Amino acid sequence: MAKEERVTDIKERYKGGVLKYKQMGYWRPDYEPKATDTICLFRITPQEGVDAEEAAAAVAGESSTATWTVVWTDLLTAHESYQAKAYRVDKVPNTGPGTNTEQQYFAYVAYDLILFEDGSIANMTASLIGNVFSFKPLKAARLEDIQIPVAYVKTFRGPPTGIIVERERLDKFGRPLLGATMKPKLGLSGRNYGRVVYEGLTGGLDFTKDDENINSQAFMHWRDRFLYCMDAVNKAQSNTGEIKGHYLNVTAADMEEMYARAEFAKSLGSNIIMIDLVIGWTAMQSMSKWCRANDMILHLHRAGHGTYTRQRNHGVSFKVIAKWSRLAGVDHIHAGTAVGKLEGDPMTVQGYYNICRDSYTKQDFSRGLFFDQDWADLRKMMPVASGGIHVGQMHQLVTLFGDDVVLQFGGGTIGHPEGIQAGAIANRVGLECMIKARNEGRDIMAEGPDILKAAAKTCKPLETALETWKGVEFNYTATDAPDFATTPTAS
Amino acid sequence: MRITQGQFSFLPDLTDDEIRLQVDYAISKGWALGVEWTDDPHPRNTYWNMWGIPMFEIKDGAAVLYEVNACRKAQGNSYIRVIAFDNTRGVESITMGFMVNRPANEPGFGLVRQEADGRQIRYTTHSYATDKPAGQRY
Repeated sequence: MAKEERVTDIKERYKGGVLKYKQMGYWRPDYEPKATDTICLFRITPQEGVDAEEAAAAVAGESSTATWTVVWTDLLTAHESYQAKAYRVDKVPNTGPGTNTEQQYFAYVAYDLILFEDGSIANMTASLIGNVFSFKPLKAARLEDIQIPVAYVKTFRGPPTGIIVERERLDKFGRPLLGATMKPKLGLSGRNYGRVVYEGLTGGLDFTKDDENINSQAFMHWRDRFLYCMDAVNKAQSNTGEIKGHYLNVTAADMEEMYARAEFAKSLGSNIIMIDLVIGWTAMQSMSKWCRANDMILHLHRAGHGTYTRQRNHGVSFKVIAKWSRLAGVDHIHAGTAVGKLEGDPMTVQGYYNICRDSYTKQDFSRGLFFDQDWADLRKMMPVASGGIHVGQMHQLVTLFGDDVVLQFGGGTIGHPEGIQAGAIANRVGLECMIKARNEGRDIMAEGPDILKAAAKTCKPLETALETWKGVEFNYTATDAPDFATTPTAS
Repeated sequence: MRITQGQFSFLPDLTDDEIRLQVDYAISKGWALGVEWTDDPHPRNTYWNMWGIPMFEIKDGAAVLYEVNACRKAQGNSYIRVIAFDNTRGVESITMGFMVNRPANEPGFGLVRQEADGRQIRYTTHSYATDKPAGQRY
């Protein structure tokens, strides 16, 4: 057993050959994380015969300085600073013998401040979710949560606009914003597409949105889309006396083209542009920089995240993606609906919303938040609830998410039997009556349906909407629900 | 046309009792309240006229209603809104804003298009009310 221990004698440690990761110093149960350390919580499934501490040490090693054998060149460096330190391993509740799931462990790993380049998500992710995720001794690994020290947070500029400034620019306060994604996703010409934008915004929406896969295909060139959409936005603005916007998706094959599209959006007077998560962290940070220099709100669609966030045993949790996105600097981020058609149980989704909107996120195991996170006055992201929601759920949405959220009813606006304007009116009336009732002190979770019914008496479009989507729910068990140990005292 | 700025413009106009309930909500949150009016509701006209400075540390919503009604008396044929301010660190901005008065007739806006290079158009939202001098608009 002594062979498993950390080898501290320099001659022994560096005599060449292969040592266990624990022996190399990546398992440090006595280590006390520093206030400037980044802490990662990995959920790991070791291969048969690999013990949990060795697996945790391997994660620490492979996500920092280790290679598979001992190298004397370590001795030229202050190598202990560069070694990540696994300092704690817990069994994941409800896994292992007697359950349907293989034994999993939560491994806590600390990283020194020197490991990551200032202000670079690309650099941080290259370590934390790099080689380690393909490492053979682990069957599966998931970066479950992360705590980023204030010292590192302050090297990022964060959202270019933030919730507060966005609201001031839009002149909209005290209620969620309303949006809709244009449908059908594909095939509309620029002129037809602008019609949908116009109807939605004039009806009462604040924003309309390009879909994630609308870029510049054969059926609609991007310039056409931008021109027609901005005509619609401006006309809707003069029809209502309110500021309106359309998220113009500038996602393209290369940065030069994205900049060109963003510049065109700006020249047309758009107040917001949009990108997809698939463009990558560096491109996101570049667009964030551009938006900051050009007074532009930046909307992020999280296209692609489900490929690595959804499965509980492997990948990166969306909590971590949300934290990185806030550092990288986007203003809007799709963060789930809880009640709609896409993955996410209500508590977990609320955890994402906290990450977006808090000044200081508190540890909250029931919402899947393993760590406190001090955001050091970094601006806040507006979460976006989009996907299979409708006005009949308004009381649930307002209760779950509060005011600072964009509620996007795509089908729930455009699919209204009396037309898109009627759909938008129904949503806006439903929203306003619910906010009013909540502020008046009424119990909207209990009275919600009655509040909507009462408002529908003087609003035919709302009456029709409630009838059309009556009882539409997506009740499936969430794949990614929080697992939390009963005794955690994470640092 | 009915201008739809503010939190509750899609609902029937709020009665004084309903305004009071909203004011009480703001007070329960510790927010300050202000009354503002304008005869130019252009969406980019940020600074309406303040009806006095915002009321800080108020305990009784009746004080706000009193100011709303005083403003109505003096500027009855204009737009009047109540807004709430939150001074919490990290917010320090407006947290509520809703109309409590409108002119009898709302002329609304026209959209002026100036054709520019290529197919670009420069847009101007024109507030019809401002065709007349201040004081004669409604």
